[in-house]
Order: sequence, then structure tokens, then C-alpha cells
Amino acid sequence: MEFLVSNFEAILFYLVAALTVAAGVGVIALKNPVHSALSLLSTFLMVAVLFVVRHAEFLAAVQVLVYAGGIMVLFLFVIMLVNVKGVRPDAAFLTRWAPLAIAGGVLIGVLLALLVLLGVLATGTADTSALQSVDGQLAGNTEAVGITLYTTYLVPFEIVSVVLLVAMIAAIIFGRRDVALERPDGEARP
Amino acid sequence: MPLADFVPLIPEIFLAAVGFALMLAGISLGRRGTRPLIVTAVAALGVTAVLVILFARAAGAPERILGEMLVIDQLGVFIKLLILATSAMALLMAAGFLERAGYGAGEFSALVLFATVGMFIMASGASLVSLYVGLELMALSVYVLVGYFKLETKSNEGAVKYFVLGALSSGVLLYGISLVYGTTGSLDLATIRRGLAAVPQDNPTLLLGILLVAFGMLFKVAAVPFHVWTPDAYEGAPTPVTAFMSVGPKAAAFAMFLRLFVIAFAPEVEAWQTILWIASAATMIYGNIAALTQNNVKRMLAYSSIAHAGYALMGLVAASGTGLWAVLMYMAVYAFMNLGAFGFVILLESKGYAGETIADYAGLSRRHPGAAALMLWFMLALAGIPPTGGFMGKLYVFAAAMEAGCVVLTVIAVVMSAVSLYYYFRIVVQMYLKDDEGAAPATLLRDRWTEAMIGVCALVTLAIGVWPGPLVEWAKGGLQALGVGSSG
Repeated sequence: MEFLVSNFEAILFYLVAALTVAAGVGVIALKNPVHSALSLLSTFLMVAVLFVVRHAEFLAAVQVLVYAGGIMVLFLFVIMLVNVKGVRPDAAFLTRWAPLAIAGGVLIGVLLALLVLLGVLATGTADTSALQSVDGQLAGNTEAVGITLYTTYLVPFEIVSVVLLVAMIAAIIFGRRDVALERPDGEARP
Repeated sequence: MPLADFVPLIPEIFLAAVGFALMLAGISLGRRGTRPLIVTAVAALGVTAVLVILFARAAGAPERILGEMLVIDQLGVFIKLLILATSAMALLMAAGFLERAGYGAGEFSALVLFATVGMFIMASGASLVSLYVGLELMALSVYVLVGYFKLETKSNEGAVKYFVLGALSSGVLLYGISLVYGTTGSLDLATIRRGLAAVPQDNPTLLLGILLVAFGMLFKVAAVPFHVWTPDAYEGAPTPVTAFMSVGPKAAAFAMFLRLFVIAFAPEVEAWQTILWIASAATMIYGNIAALTQNNVKRMLAYSSIAHAGYALMGLVAASGTGLWAVLMYMAVYAFMNLGAFGFVILLESKGYAGETIADYAGLSRRHPGAAALMLWFMLALAGIPPTGGFMGKLYVFAAAMEAGCVVLTVIAVVMSAVSLYYYFRIVVQMYLKDDEGAAPATLLRDRWTEAMIGVCALVTLAIGVWPGPLVEWAKGGLQALGVGSSG
């Protein structure tokens, strides 16, 4: 029992990490696209838990809001609007690209393992205190991100808001129906 | 950050605010409002020019503002005023064009103003973050402008190609920035310069970071081998947008290039000089050779603008004070001669895509002798023949490259300038020596605003050609602000 309490963080980490991988496998292994999407959703949520375990609370919140919230809804919309029932996987395509995909997956796995072995393990456990301090003073992770964002990086933050506005204008320009324009003859426009 | 710190940002805030107002006004005015909206936008650009000069006067010496995110110096002022002039001229050229095509001017002028704000940030950024968000604001606005004629397939195609490749290049640039941040521990350009001096010169992570940043920037100035988006985007975009995007954003990208490489990466000059040497040579050779076979005038001018990016890169390769003010000079000259040439394509392009093939120019000198003479003037300027400004621009860049010992590069540039005469003169030959019998000849539209802008471009090109002194002095002042000094 004492072992469980003192190593609570590590046990939680490995448990959630294993579930994340399992959910990730589920995304590609499940046949029903809606099940795949739900499996992806649980992957996102597990990753958010991992962020919390590593004391990156702000990233966890963003992970839930952006990925589990926004991007997931987009996926579900596509699945529901496009008739995916009739789409059959292209067997020839799969067999042709399978070796390449497996090789790529193994390569990325090896590189990640090397990164962990050479980086984190060589230098001891990762120090997360830098994620929580502002000007050397310890604060919460969210607080630290917020203070930095609204002081040092205030100007870029404001410019990004104009960038988002332009993106919104773009969506409206291309999405709206323009009755006056739909006369290719170029004559008799109001 | 107290509110008073935001005072130097007033020009940018003002432009963005006018952009919001134009968008709202565009909705209520509809298609009747094209000319009032354009005039308002141009007036706002004029007011901004005054504000920029006033704030630069007030600052005096280079001043870092807003938590060291931006800097007010002569380089920024030079590029900002150039950007304001090109944005205003492109807007005035677009007025008649938008009316003829039936597209509203509200969002159009707002997007041009937002792009101008982005270019301002690119021209005055003192940190990798502010430079990058400025670049994104400019790029996103221009992607939308390229696809603004949404019922034209070509416009859609150009916008999608530009957007996808632009997003990819932004990713490459960001990856480079993250590696530079990782090795130096700072996003601030001046701190990075100090940090680089402490890092070993052959640090592979740092070199990879600089290489990726260079790739991202080469994409933005349309240099080979990152130029593939240019012909399609230039051809597909509404012609006033092509005129706009070929000058302002290019000048802003070169300003950002100067700030990144001359200030931040100066200690690593030997590493990036080689990369830019190769890019400059390849851009000049490929741009000029590919332009030879183009029958579409907009595509030909796209390849010509790729070639001109190659000439301007020579100034960066020289990496001396002379080379850098030569880049600024070149951007100024190129902006006016290129806008003038595109002005003619706008006037010839009436319905559909007439006036885009070289054959449409046949016999133009007989019907419109004055217009043909001006087009001849811009073709001479783009080819770099005296007494046009194009000659002075090339002269300074070539001289800077020779001074820096880049003899081979200069020889390539001179040979390629000679090659460029061939395709510029294909238009001249069509105008003066070919008859228009057989084919239906394209006629020039009456569009006083565009005509006036072409006149202004011709005058400026002439003025720089015969009396370059004041502009040279001003450009030199811009580089002194960077602490590079002028050696020529």
C-alpha cells in the first residue's frame, strides 16, 4: 500500500500511457468510422491526463478544448455528412503501402526511444519547474503561461487576433452565396 | 505594459481600425461603394505615411518598443513608406477592375489594409515571434486576395496552390525558428546575435535551424527552388492583386530577410552566404530561362519577378553595407517598374482573360501610341537599360557583388540580364512590328485611375534613373540603423 502511495504518479502515468496506446491502436483497427472517432476522442482525453500528470495543466485544458472539443466535432460532422458506409478500403492500395508505413512507424519508434534513452534518462528526471515559474517566481502552470502571454508576448498575441479575423473573413467571402455574381455574361448587373 | 507604451503602434492600430470600418461600410454600400471605399482606404494609407514619419522623427535613434517586440529605425521607415505607396497604387488600379468584374470592394480594401499591417510588422519586428506573426498576417490576407474572384476557376486554383505551399513553408520556417531558439535560448534578434557568438560555429542544430529559416524566407521571396507556386498564383490572381503581391510583400519579405540574417545570424555569415549564393544564381538562371517560353503575359511577368528576386538576393550574398542598401534600392525601383507593367495588363484585360497572351499586344502602337511607348519604357526598365531606374537598381547590386568578390555570380547576373531582354522585347516587337489583322485585337480600356498610376510609376522610374542620389542616401541611412554601416 505504501508502495502504491509513494509511486502514485508513476503508476498513473504508465496506466494512462498504456490506455493511450490502446486507444490509438483502436483508431485504425476498428471497422466502424464512428467507433474509430470515439477511440480518437479517448486518445485525446488520455493525452490530456498525461499533461496533468506532468504538471502542464494549461496544455491539458487546451488539449480538451481544441482537440476533444473543436477538432473532434469536425471529424464527426464529416463522418455524418459523408456516407462512409459505402466506402470500402482499397485493398491494393493498402498492400502496396503497408511495408513503407510499417518501416516509417518503426523508424519513428526507434528515434523516440533513442530520444528518451539519451535525453531524459541520461540527465535524470525531467525538471518541470521551469514550466511553472515567471521571472523566477513559482506560480501555477496556467498562471505562468497567462502572465507571459499578456505581458512579454502581448503584441504578437494581438496581431494573431487580427490573423484569426482575416481567416474568418476568408471563410465568409468564400462561403457566402453572391447572387449578383452568378451571371457569367457580365451584363445587366444591378 | 502601460497604455502609453502602445503609442508607437498607432500607425498599425489605425490601419487595422480603418480595415474594420471598410468591411462594415462595404456591406451597407454594396456594389455602388467601390470608388468611395477605395478612396477611403488610400486616404488611410496616406495618413499612415504621415504618422510613420512623425513617429520616426520622435524616436530619433533606433528605438525598441513594446517589450522589445518591434523596433523603429530607418530601415523600417524606408520599407514601410514603400509598402504604403505600393498598397495605395494597387488599390487605385483595382477600383475599375473590381467594378468591371462586379466584385465588392469592402473586403478587398480591408484585406489589403490588413496585409499592409502584417508587412509593417515584418518590416519592424525585433523578435522572431513578432516577425513570424506579421508574416502570417500578410500571407493569409494575400491568399484570400488571390482567390477573391471566387467564380473564376483559375483564381481558385492559384489561391489553393499558394495556400497549401505557403502553409508548408511556414511550417519549415517555424521549425527553423524553434531550432534557433533551442540553441540560443532567445527569440530576440539582438540577443540571438550575442548568443551565436558564444555557440561553436559548426553546431549542427544551429546550422539546420538557419538553413530551414533560409528556406522559409526563400519561399516568401519566390526564389528557386521554392518558386513553384509563383506562376500559378500570379496567373490566377485578379491582376491588381498580382501587381500588389509581386511588390509589397516581396519588399517586406526582403526587409525580414535583412533583419534575420544581417542582425541575428551575422556571426554565421559564412554558412548562410553559400546557401544564398546558390539560391541567387539558380533563381536568376531559372527565372530568366523559363520566362523565355511563356505566351501568357502574367506568367511571363511571374517568371520575371522570380528573376528579379535573384538579382536582389545578390545584395544579401554580398553581406556588406553596400550590398544591403543596394537591396533596398532594388526593391524600390522594382516595385514601381513592376506595378507599371502590371497596370497595362489590367487595362488590356477587359472581359474574361483577354489581354493576357502576348498576341493580344499586336499592333498596339498604331492604336494607342502613347500607351505602347510607356509599356516600352517599363520593359526597358525591367531589362535594366539606362536611363531607366531599373538600370540604377541593377548597377548598385552588381557593384556590391563585385566588391564582395562574387565575380562568378555577377557574370551570371549580367548574362541573364541579356537573356531577359529577349522576352521583354517579345512584347515590344508585338506592339511595334506586328499587325493586328486576323486576330481580334485587344483594346485598351479607359480607366483614369489606373492610367494615372501608370504615369506615376513611369515618372518615378525615370526620376530614380536620372537622379538616384536622394534615394541612395536614404537607403544608406536605413542600413546605418542596423549597425552595419555603409562602406560604399
